[in-house]
Amino acid sequence: MGKGKSSVKDNAIQFLFKYGAIALLVFIIFYFSTISDAFFTYGNFTDILRSISIVTLLALGVTFTLVVDGFDLSVGSTMSLSTVVSASLMVWYDMPLWLVLILPLLIGVAVGAVNSFLIVVIGIPDLLATLSMMYIVAGLHRTYTEGYSIYNNMPLTSGGTAPGQLSEAFLWIGQGQMLGLPVPVWIMLVMVLASYVVLNHTRWGRVLYMTGGNAEAATLSGVNVKKVKFTAYVISGIFASMAGILFTARVGSGQIDAGAPLMMEAVAAVFVGYSVLGAGKPNALGTFFGAAVIGILLNGLTILNLPYYAFDIIKGGVLVAALAVTYVYAKKKFSKT
Amino acid sequence: MAGIGKNFGPVTALQGAEFHLEKGEVHAILGVNGAGKSTLIKILSGVYQQDEGTIHLDGSAIRLESPKAAKEQGIYCVYQEVDTAIVAELTVAENILLDTFSGKGNLFVSKQKINKRAYSALLELQAETIDVQQKAASLTLAEKQMVLIARALVHSAKIIIFDEPTAPLSIHESEKLYAVISKLKAQGVGCVFISHRLPEVFEISDRITVMREGTLVKTYDTAEADQDGVIEAMLGAALSHELEPRAHDIGTALLEVDHLSDGQKLKDLSLTVAVGEVVGVVGLVGAGKTELAKALFGGTPLTAGTIKLAGNAAKIKHPADAIKAGMALIPEERRKEGLFVQESLEANASFPNLKKFSKRLLMDRKAEKRFADEIIERLRIKTGSTETPLVHLSGGNQQKVAIGKWISLDSALYLFDEPTKGVDIGAKVDIFKLIRQLAESGKGCLYFSSEIHEAIGISDRILVMYNGQIVKELSRQEATQERILLYASGGKEELGERQELGERQRNSVSV
Repeated sequence: MGKGKSSVKDNAIQFLFKYGAIALLVFIIFYFSTISDAFFTYGNFTDILRSISIVTLLALGVTFTLVVDGFDLSVGSTMSLSTVVSASLMVWYDMPLWLVLILPLLIGVAVGAVNSFLIVVIGIPDLLATLSMMYIVAGLHRTYTEGYSIYNNMPLTSGGTAPGQLSEAFLWIGQGQMLGLPVPVWIMLVMVLASYVVLNHTRWGRVLYMTGGNAEAATLSGVNVKKVKFTAYVISGIFASMAGILFTARVGSGQIDAGAPLMMEAVAAVFVGYSVLGAGKPNALGTFFGAAVIGILLNGLTILNLPYYAFDIIKGGVLVAALAVTYVYAKKKFSKT
Repeated sequence: MAGIGKNFGPVTALQGAEFHLEKGEVHAILGVNGAGKSTLIKILSGVYQQDEGTIHLDGSAIRLESPKAAKEQGIYCVYQEVDTAIVAELTVAENILLDTFSGKGNLFVSKQKINKRAYSALLELQAETIDVQQKAASLTLAEKQMVLIARALVHSAKIIIFDEPTAPLSIHESEKLYAVISKLKAQGVGCVFISHRLPEVFEISDRITVMREGTLVKTYDTAEADQDGVIEAMLGAALSHELEPRAHDIGTALLEVDHLSDGQKLKDLSLTVAVGEVVGVVGLVGAGKTELAKALFGGTPLTAGTIKLAGNAAKIKHPADAIKAGMALIPEERRKEGLFVQESLEANASFPNLKKFSKRLLMDRKAEKRFADEIIERLRIKTGSTETPLVHLSGGNQQKVAIGKWISLDSALYLFDEPTKGVDIGAKVDIFKLIRQLAESGKGCLYFSSEIHEAIGISDRILVMYNGQIVKELSRQEATQERILLYASGGKEELGERQELGERQRNSVSV
């Protein structure tokens, strides 16, 4: 009797783990569609996709660090830094577009390199190292702008107004349309696809997953674990700064603290992604899917006029639910073996 | 202790084990790995409970439900890993009196009183040079042992169990410990002494109990026992060679190791392996076999020595270099070091040689599957499919995967570190056959093992390790279990043995 019960419970967990996220998505879409006519429209869906594009980029970076059994909490701050730097390069220094795109990416590489130095060389646990970096980078970006957001022809503290403007070509990255979809959506789709191919279908992906799965066995199979971890954090930094550039182009100004609120959303997206189709590990498609679930949920709640200040409750709730499913499943899986 | 039985799941660790300890006696327990020594003393110290049998102390039956209960009866244990029993951040005195804090008693502890009691305990052990007020973290291993013994003394222990106490000690420190043990003995404390080192057992014990396969074989009076007899009792009737020696040509030197040291465990090791040769490296647990395997494979840095592969000096700083040079390591802890147990058999098998399975950028899943099927067939691995995560495979089948994954690289030299550990008989035979096959096809194999009879069966030549050094090389004809065990436990044959004992006695007088 007791056995039968537990196997029903097991099956339920198994089912939740495999299809829970998809079931949740279908349910949310169905629910909001019945409530609002504006929800289930092409326009609204491209809107949702555009709104999740930035979070998805951040989340892809977090995915890479989680694949190697690390964690990057500094992505939000890195994004903020890249946002204000890309804006300032145009507004303050009037730099050409290619520099405006390259320099923030280099900053992302630098943050990733410092992260991995702290973690791999010095040996600080991932969570604590990137937590510290989160504060340091956040402080850096506020110091850099002296606390102000950056916009076209802004007055400068040294007197006069800023010489530059955000160029049309730059704004197109965030606001333009291409083949019926917004440009940020294309960027996101390309990045998701590229990450998916790299992680699941190349030997680099194999090395990343194996390093995360069992660093010691990977070492004894000839993998330079330190190098692999270093790469993962650098990739995470690059994704974060791409998100920052996209944010500047989308909003048309260098908002201060742009990334901070997105960090939790990105982490939640990755963990929702764990359980998509029972992958049981961080994966690129799952991360995209997780970002979509959260994006759709927030979009629907906006249509329902839920105040924005309550959104964090929803985001946190989704994260807890995703973690609960993942860890309960992991416990079951390990207790059996 | 009489008729003690203990099962762990389906595994029987002890069956009808017996042990008698007199007051004021030093009683050694000997046995090969897995004989049940540790289980027995864990039952005696209350860590495990026996499934059957009784324990009598001073004539009355006792039941030891927990380590605390054992301590209340005056049974203390000095574990091999002293650090697990010491609180590094507390002072020496606090550590010695640690058990008094957790019980009832005064809420406030007087520093002075503690220090005084701790000092008098150390004085009894002639270890008063240890400052009772310093932090335990700064002590040497030997001093920490003294602290643990002092802790037992403070509670007027009746029985103190020493679990391989000399394993981490230098000779001088060991001598000091022997002196302490004789002092305890004089005070009427019963000492249980567990060690792999035969000479010291013969030196300090009054009686020797030999265990094998979970039961008592025989108890000797040390004065009447001889090393050969004890060793034979440990091994059981000399087991016949299960594996037929195969005559095949042995080629030129494949691996040459010269005066290798790692600055920690390994001291000045030299060895060679020829093409087509299986060389057994035998030693007891802690002799440094795993360290040697790891050092050869670039897992730990070397401080001295050179490694030559096929005549060329090899610079091996990382396992990746070793793999490139043509080495393969099957590590001892396969789940921890050898395999990715959550991943599929396929992914595990292709991992050391990913380039072979990804001609351009993308992984060639079909080639991976073909290779997985090939090693399943060749090593007779029992599994549902190539997609099955390895956690679902038995230990023996997991081990086969850990070996099979190297086959795609066609390495020249294979290092097997305890490949039969936790592996059933059927899989063992398959693994032996595979090692033989590899040797026949011109590969070199180093076989690290503490299972002496298995090593004799598989090897063309045997190197015996003791305390981080190779102490003896034996050909297949010369190798017998008795001789290997003698060398592996630090003994020497005939003339040499007497000399060593003579030296020891001189030393112990000087302490």
